[in-house]
Amino acid sequence: MADRSLVHIAFYAALIAALGLVPPVAIPFLGGVPITAQTLGVMLAGVMLGPVRGGLAVLLFLFLVALGAPFLAGGRGGLSVFASPSVGFLIGWPIGAFVAGWIMRATNDLNVLVAAAISATVGGILVVYIFGIPGVAYMAGLSLPKAAIASAVYIPGDLIKVAITALVTQTVARGLPGALFTRS
Amino acid sequence: MISIYLHGESWAHRLPASLKLLVVAIGSLILFRVQDFWVFLPCLAVVVGLYASLGREGLMQLKLLRGLSMFLAILLGLHWFSGTFFEGVTVVLRLIVMILAANFVSITTRMDDMLEAVQPLFKPLQWLGMSPRRPALGVTLVLRFAPHMLEVFSMLREAYQARSGAKNSWRLLAPFAIQSLRMSDNVAEALKARGGAEGLSR
Repeated sequence: MADRSLVHIAFYAALIAALGLVPPVAIPFLGGVPITAQTLGVMLAGVMLGPVRGGLAVLLFLFLVALGAPFLAGGRGGLSVFASPSVGFLIGWPIGAFVAGWIMRATNDLNVLVAAAISATVGGILVVYIFGIPGVAYMAGLSLPKAAIASAVYIPGDLIKVAITALVTQTVARGLPGALFTRS
Repeated sequence: MISIYLHGESWAHRLPASLKLLVVAIGSLILFRVQDFWVFLPCLAVVVGLYASLGREGLMQLKLLRGLSMFLAILLGLHWFSGTFFEGVTVVLRLIVMILAANFVSITTRMDDMLEAVQPLFKPLQWLGMSPRRPALGVTLVLRFAPHMLEVFSMLREAYQARSGAKNSWRLLAPFAIQSLRMSDNVAEALKARGGAEGLSR
């Protein structure tokens, strides 16, 4: 793996961190998982970098959080976030980025906008919730359906992020095509 | 460095990071097995005691719970609603103990020390022909990139505000993405010019 890859991985990890500073829109329900711009970074990392580098970018970000950087939305950080009910979502992030990148590669012949939207939806929403919901259920001692309902309030926000991911990806594909690694 | 670390010289600050990490990891694994409500009360007392041992600033760190209180209250309500109130209390206590214990390690350990403590875990990278220093370099790069990105964005926003009067727009996303991606390319070039992740010494 070239040094260039390392820089790109670090770049998207930093992007996820920077997006965590966008003020979260909090729904006064289930404060453990606030709506933030952060998963936008997860989707972008996968879609732009591809499976391996995208997944590694998210892992690097989580590593920084574990070391104590307050990079999660709301200035949270440190080891305690991995003991909180939202830990399942954090585990789902790198895997979601991986899946998003993989789908983006696999749909090479589709239009960039459409392919990015599909990748971000499956990787950034479906996969992330597949890990997130059991996480909430396990950590909070709730049944799976209850945890699913409690988590579902965030899906509308996630759909907006999918739209932004698709738009940004298309813009980059036009303006700086070399940066869209899944297509070059 | 940006961190939740709390400056200090207490006994907890002096303990080696690896020991603290090990204790909190094993402790969490054990707590997960425990279903007994009564075990958690002394645990909670011990954890709060740890914070108290750091003095007033330590106790201030318990504000972490305020952000969680809403969630914990709803959780308790849900359990009460489904007739498992006692189980709910146990779950809430376990969460509080585990979160506070993990956070205690984070606030008493410098990021550098934490990085050094987990560095041996990256040894296996050598078998893949990669330097185990790479993750540490990645961490440094992120810490440098993140503030730079915010700078780029605020510059774009100021320019946009001067042009249009509006404060923020989705239109800034495209120039932001492209400008900051260019910056990362420059950094990649610079890193290469200096011998890459391995450095020129090797």
